[in-house]
Amino acid sequence: MSEPEHYTLTVNGEEHAVSDAWIGESLLYVLRERLGLPGSKGACEQGECGSCTVYVDNAAVCSCLVMAATAVGTQIATVEGLNQDGSLTDVQQAFVNEGAVQCGFCTPGLVMAVHHLLDHNDSPNEQQIKEALSGNICRCTGYGRIFAAVDSVISVRKNTSS
Amino acid sequence: MTITKTQRDILGSSALRPDGISKVQGDFAFSSDLHAENMLWGATLRSPHPYARIVSIDVSGAWNISGVECVITAEDVPGQLTYGLISEDQPVFAKEFVRYMGEPIAAVAADHPETCRRALAAITVVYELLTPLTNPEHAIDGTHEPIHPDGNIIRRQQIVHGDINATGPIVVEGTYDIGMQDQAFLGTESALAIPDHDGAGIEVFVATQWLHEDRKQMAKCLGLPEEKVRLVLGGVGGAFGAREDISLQVHTALLAMRTSRPVKMQYGREESFFGHVHRHPAQIWMRHHATTDGRIVKIEARFVFDGGAYSSTSSAVLINGVTHTQGPYQCPNAIVDGYAVRTNNPPCGAMRGFGVVQACFAHEGQMDKLAAATGIDEVEIRLRNIIRTGDPMITGQILESVAPLERCIRETAAMPLPAEMAQQPHELDLPGGSGRTADRRNIVRGIGWGVSMKNLMYSEGFDDYSTARCTLTNGSVELKFATSEVGQGFVTLAPQIARSVLGVDNVTYDTIDTQIGSAGSTSASRQTWMSGGAVDGACRMVRERLFEHVGAIHNVDPLRLAIDDTDIIDTMGTLRISVQEASANFSVSETYEYHHRTTEDLDENGKEIAMWLLPLWLIVPS
Repeated sequence: MSEPEHYTLTVNGEEHAVSDAWIGESLLYVLRERLGLPGSKGACEQGECGSCTVYVDNAAVCSCLVMAATAVGTQIATVEGLNQDGSLTDVQQAFVNEGAVQCGFCTPGLVMAVHHLLDHNDSPNEQQIKEALSGNICRCTGYGRIFAAVDSVISVRKNTSS
Repeated sequence: MTITKTQRDILGSSALRPDGISKVQGDFAFSSDLHAENMLWGATLRSPHPYARIVSIDVSGAWNISGVECVITAEDVPGQLTYGLISEDQPVFAKEFVRYMGEPIAAVAADHPETCRRALAAITVVYELLTPLTNPEHAIDGTHEPIHPDGNIIRRQQIVHGDINATGPIVVEGTYDIGMQDQAFLGTESALAIPDHDGAGIEVFVATQWLHEDRKQMAKCLGLPEEKVRLVLGGVGGAFGAREDISLQVHTALLAMRTSRPVKMQYGREESFFGHVHRHPAQIWMRHHATTDGRIVKIEARFVFDGGAYSSTSSAVLINGVTHTQGPYQCPNAIVDGYAVRTNNPPCGAMRGFGVVQACFAHEGQMDKLAAATGIDEVEIRLRNIIRTGDPMITGQILESVAPLERCIRETAAMPLPAEMAQQPHELDLPGGSGRTADRRNIVRGIGWGVSMKNLMYSEGFDDYSTARCTLTNGSVELKFATSEVGQGFVTLAPQIARSVLGVDNVTYDTIDTQIGSAGSTSASRQTWMSGGAVDGACRMVRERLFEHVGAIHNVDPLRLAIDDTDIIDTMGTLRISVQEASANFSVSETYEYHHRTTEDLDENGKEIAMWLLPLWLIVPS
């Protein structure tokens, strides 16, 4: 393979040195296999399923489609960084409470996608929710419980802010 | 209003998944998340041809690549060269012939997934291309040479019921082609194999539906006694039938044993489609004879299931299909002929529905044709024919269980339809959303009925069982079982059962692995019944022992004791003691094996199946 690469990524606010890497590695691979952050899942590795959703400079992206070495200098956020004290965010708690988790493989990506939606729109309608989550595939739930979780977060946030 | 105490997570309550929190945090370890020190990556070379003779395999190019630690082919399989769930007809690696596109030929282990890919590309295989058998009818009519030593017909089953010469004034006929489908679970196949230090055994973490069946097949191919192959359930990212057959298990284990290093193998999405079985494509012909008022007199049917290159569970899928010919309708007379055949198409096996889906597509198409031919409403035609408790199936089995079909259909028919789409809808409301794959003018609403009946659990005399252990110590319970949790929620249910039976609240479960008897497969909708039955049985045995203990201390006949919420009470006296207190400094462990009722084989006329067909009613207005 080509000469090994050395670079630094900023993930969840912390700098991580990546050494002896192959230049062709995706951000997903580097997060999972080199930085010990397996919360982002690899299910299609072609940007179709959303299981690997992370934020790069606050944009929700499929980390399987981002070359890790091109993410140098960006702020990367993963599911592990949502709440680093170990407690659950309101979205995570709603997924548990509403039965939106079955096998759970899509769950971290969906949690990231829902947070991203609600960070930018505190009262999305059904159409906007579906569009925002259309990049995340779940094979177990049929999505009904996932939408219920989103609805519950929206209503709780409204009630607590009013 | 009285204030009730906090709801306990017993049966009947809506308990939360015990693995929910770790799954939403990304902490839950799926099999693909596992790592070991000094680990290598494995990868598989697959056939690009559906049918060919292997002239030569030259792996020297792979060995020359820096970082490659192992290259294996069929020559390196130490034990049995083939495996399979029902018939052991599928090679670990192709030898002499490849019989489907994607069949494994070799595997490599290297320091990086990219090194693996390059190593696979450096292996040279010379093929002599052969004409593939792709039309299942040619497997039946014998116009294609046998593509496998076991022949081209995997199984044939007929069912003859009642008067096969009966007829009716209304006759409707149709041929239904059902295409292949894939389960497409989200977490692709993956396993981590760690060889024992002495080289005499191996531990494999794998996402599977049936640990013990995997172990049995792996041990044979690896040439090891079963007890030297220890399987641990790696977190499973969905299954839907596709993890009932083994895929990368033997390859990963063999690479690890050869290199004496841990090896991890994980399929990508494209490889996953080649690496597991699919839903059988089928062609089904049916002819329904009926009275002028729409009552079924006789059904004639012919089923052809395309099993692909290797048999997997095709023989059982065929039986599920033909025994559900009539659907959830009365049928006094029938003649059915069914085939599961071998072709050079991709191998097919279990997928949720397991043969019944194909039958349903055909019998529901027929019911619509019957409605059209008689001028009877498509709801009414179904209501006139529905099967009820006590009615015979065409196999001769009496339907013993509840059959609330009339209510299901009437309640479904009474449901309001969704609002019509606006003439100028928002683009996000169109099929395909912002992908703009559809225009409003091309969209029409179709309304159809699909009514189905599905059997649960295993049939044809298979002595199915599941095993569980319950250990009560100081008021806490630990359960042990080998039941694959694939997302269905058995890990939620099992503690609910223990809490209900034993009156304890602190219930945990041990690692799901082969360090206890088999739980059978997480398939056929069977685990709630079978492994639930095993957990229930083990907990009841522990309860008996606890009652004996309490009875001895308090001088009460144990038979008088019962669980009331979280207490033990004397049903004929005043004793009331919490389970917590009663089990202090007390420990008991019991293992229970649950078997379901005996079933029987089909005879040549498909009779007396005694399949113990427990119907699951599905009504899908589409």
